[in-house]
Amino acid sequence: MIEIKSVSLVREGQRVLDSIDLLLPRGGLTALVGPNGAGKSTLLSLAARLLPLQDGSVTIDGLPVESTPGKLLAKKIAILRQDSGPPPRVSVRDMVGFGRFPHSGGRMTAQDRTMVEEALARFELEALANRSLDRLSGGQRQRVMVAMTYCQDTDYILLDEPLNNLDMYHARQLMLELRRLVDETGRTIVIVLHDINHASASADRIIAMKNGMIAADGTPETVMRTEVLEAIYGFRVPVIETNGMRLALQYASCAP
Amino acid sequence: MRDRIVIALLLGLALTTMAAFMGVNLRGNIALALELRGIRLAALVTVAIAIALSTVTFQTITGNRILTPSIMGLDALYQFGQAALVFGLGGLGYVSLSPLLKFGAETAALMLLAMIILRPALKSQMDLTRMLLAGVIIGALFRSMTSLIARLIDPQEFAVAQRAMVANFSSPMIDLLLIAVLVTVIAGGFLLSRRHLLDIAALGRDTAIGLGVTWNRTVMIHLLVVSLLVAVSTALVGPVTFLGLLVTALAERLTVSRRHDTLFAVAILLGVIVLVGGQTLLQHGLGQASTLSVVVDFIGGLVFILLLFARRIR
Amino acid sequence: MFVPAIPLHRRVVMSAGLCLALLVVASLAIGVEEISLSSTARSVPLADLLSISRLPRTLAAVLCGAGLAVAGQILQTLTRNRFVEPSTAGTAQSAALGILIVTLFLPAAGLGMKALVASICALAGTALFLSTAHRLPPEQPHLVPLFGMVYGGVVGAAVTYVAWQNDLLQYLDIWTNGEFSGVLRGRYELLFVAVVIVAVAMLIAERLTIMALGEAQATSLGIDYRRMTQIGLVLVSVMSALSVVVVGLIPFVGLVVPNLVSRLSGDNLRGTLPLTALGGAILVLASDIAGRIIRFPYEIPVGTVMGVIGPAVFLWFVLQERRDA
Repeated sequence: MIEIKSVSLVREGQRVLDSIDLLLPRGGLTALVGPNGAGKSTLLSLAARLLPLQDGSVTIDGLPVESTPGKLLAKKIAILRQDSGPPPRVSVRDMVGFGRFPHSGGRMTAQDRTMVEEALARFELEALANRSLDRLSGGQRQRVMVAMTYCQDTDYILLDEPLNNLDMYHARQLMLELRRLVDETGRTIVIVLHDINHASASADRIIAMKNGMIAADGTPETVMRTEVLEAIYGFRVPVIETNGMRLALQYASCAP
Repeated sequence: MRDRIVIALLLGLALTTMAAFMGVNLRGNIALALELRGIRLAALVTVAIAIALSTVTFQTITGNRILTPSIMGLDALYQFGQAALVFGLGGLGYVSLSPLLKFGAETAALMLLAMIILRPALKSQMDLTRMLLAGVIIGALFRSMTSLIARLIDPQEFAVAQRAMVANFSSPMIDLLLIAVLVTVIAGGFLLSRRHLLDIAALGRDTAIGLGVTWNRTVMIHLLVVSLLVAVSTALVGPVTFLGLLVTALAERLTVSRRHDTLFAVAILLGVIVLVGGQTLLQHGLGQASTLSVVVDFIGGLVFILLLFARRIR
Repeated sequence: MFVPAIPLHRRVVMSAGLCLALLVVASLAIGVEEISLSSTARSVPLADLLSISRLPRTLAAVLCGAGLAVAGQILQTLTRNRFVEPSTAGTAQSAALGILIVTLFLPAAGLGMKALVASICALAGTALFLSTAHRLPPEQPHLVPLFGMVYGGVVGAAVTYVAWQNDLLQYLDIWTNGEFSGVLRGRYELLFVAVVIVAVAMLIAERLTIMALGEAQATSLGIDYRRMTQIGLVLVSVMSALSVVVVGLIPFVGLVVPNLVSRLSGDNLRGTLPLTALGGAILVLASDIAGRIIRFPYEIPVGTVMGVIGPAVFLWFVLQERRDA
């Protein structure tokens, strides 16, 4: 269980997070949605000790993130952030293999290698395995990064907008794959999404943030409602129900 | 209005530093001392004018306020030409040439090399930070090539040539003063007569072309004038990498107007104040006069770093 | 592009090793004092010549080259920028400042003391560079080396000023322009620390590669980013300081070699660091040999040779680098 208790964060005089309390029990796919600048990525980074806590506390299965050794946490929780750095000249297989670092310490066992091959297969990367990362498209690189995060083999996986750069096919594949991971292996996945319909289709729980606070929290059925979405995004979003799924028609208000 | 006050104040300050340079600690044969100091003052003022004019012009035709001829390696290029000449002629052959001829040959070489090396870079519209980096590297390359050539020459011959080659603020190349003043006056007059054109060029390539400026020719002509002025200052006192940046960065902050008559005036006055004032201070206050270029490079380098961080790069 | 990466890489490493072996032989053979087995009327016995001068000189070049290339690679990892190395990050200039301070205040100090103070100064100077460089906008990668070169110049100007004020200018050239001609037995052994530095770098190669992915990714994979940065800084600073103390500044080795290796064999340091070390040794030893031959019997310092080769290659890297990268 990830336990976030009254976490606040001020950056350059601006309140980015305002006393967030959140419980994320083991298992399930949780989507984090909300407008730009709502504090979703910051919350994720704090939970995964990438940013120092200013106020409040975060524990993962009872381990406080700020005082637990990084090496131990790296076997519990993996996070994938968007990164702007230049892509290294490292092969896809090596890159995915770095996900094994917390376990192998750099000396890969046969078991580690099997895990890497399995990850390559799971995310449809076998054909690219020997290619250098700087020769891939942005979407391919994104999938490699997700595969590496998967390879870390942690109970908790936090993904910050992993659908960025992905086309419709690969976005769908990735969401299906994440769903399967949760259902088959009982992992806990928290994912920041911009497309609320992906959240509605795949997530068990949707948490909406706005202005550093939690604006809505519940199953897709309770969050995917016109009045709830209007409160979050500030405009009327019609919601329809089809095939037992609730879909937002945010484009409806774009037509003249 | 504010600009006039700034110019008046700077003029007063510049005249004060010049008076101090001439007057402080006069002893012994006063007439002779005044004459010697007068000649050196003329050299310093010429250098200040040449650097200020060339830097402002260079920044205008390259469309930014952080590139300077020195940062793009022009003065290193001049010294390289000098060393190459020594290498070609031998130390003794070099010394026996008349200073005028040497200056002429070195300046011509610089103008040619500047055309070959800089013009393609400026025309390619490379992004600014890459061009800056390339310029700094080119400067480093030519400085090393100069010292490589120095090592290739017979040590004895090199020592002979070095005396004719190396100049600094306390012992400027007096032989060249007359021609340097002449070149600076002509180039300065030319730039001043073109100030309105430069005002338009400062708006950027596309706007300037829209207003009827023949861009490539304008860039080429002004690059040549800039090379000429760099040759003058480097020949007189050697390279000072960051002086140009220091005075133009200050000038830009002190003035409201972006017109070139104002920019030229303020940059020249600042150059005079820094060079003459700094030299006076070092000579009489701190005892060691030869290090002014080191001090200017230290402070100018810091200014450059500040500019990088202030993201004033356009 | 299905290139079987390993065999090519192995071939490259083997040819590099062969190349270095040939250069070592050449370095032992070339010098003012002629070596020929037949000559009997020599002024210095062959064994002495080799063991006192030629071998130390050759070893010093190999050690400096390998160490500096690896140091450059580490610094590039820490800054996440390919165009950074000890002489363009203020490291070497800060080391020279340290030597200057020792010379001023402890004129009797030995090489060890000088190396210690130089290392501390280099560490402080590089730490300042690193913490400042991290504040530059990452979308403009050229700003980091630009800042580094000017920063190195500013520190260098400070060193020159102090040296000038204290009449130490004649020493300045010794520290700021690397030269192997003065290397003799008993005066270069400190450089064997380079072996330790290269070995430590190889031990942490995997961590360094992961650090090149950025602080967030590295932290997520359980790497103590701050501590690894400190270790990296110490390795870089000690290596640069040692080379400045013993032979003087040799610029651009740490930039040219890692970039060439990255183009040939990629950025997975576990595989490439040995090649980087070999490449550095080859480059510096070849430059030293070239400096001995070009103007025989006079010598051109290796710092001057690298001062020309380095910026020329650097310029080429900068101009032809892909726009999208």
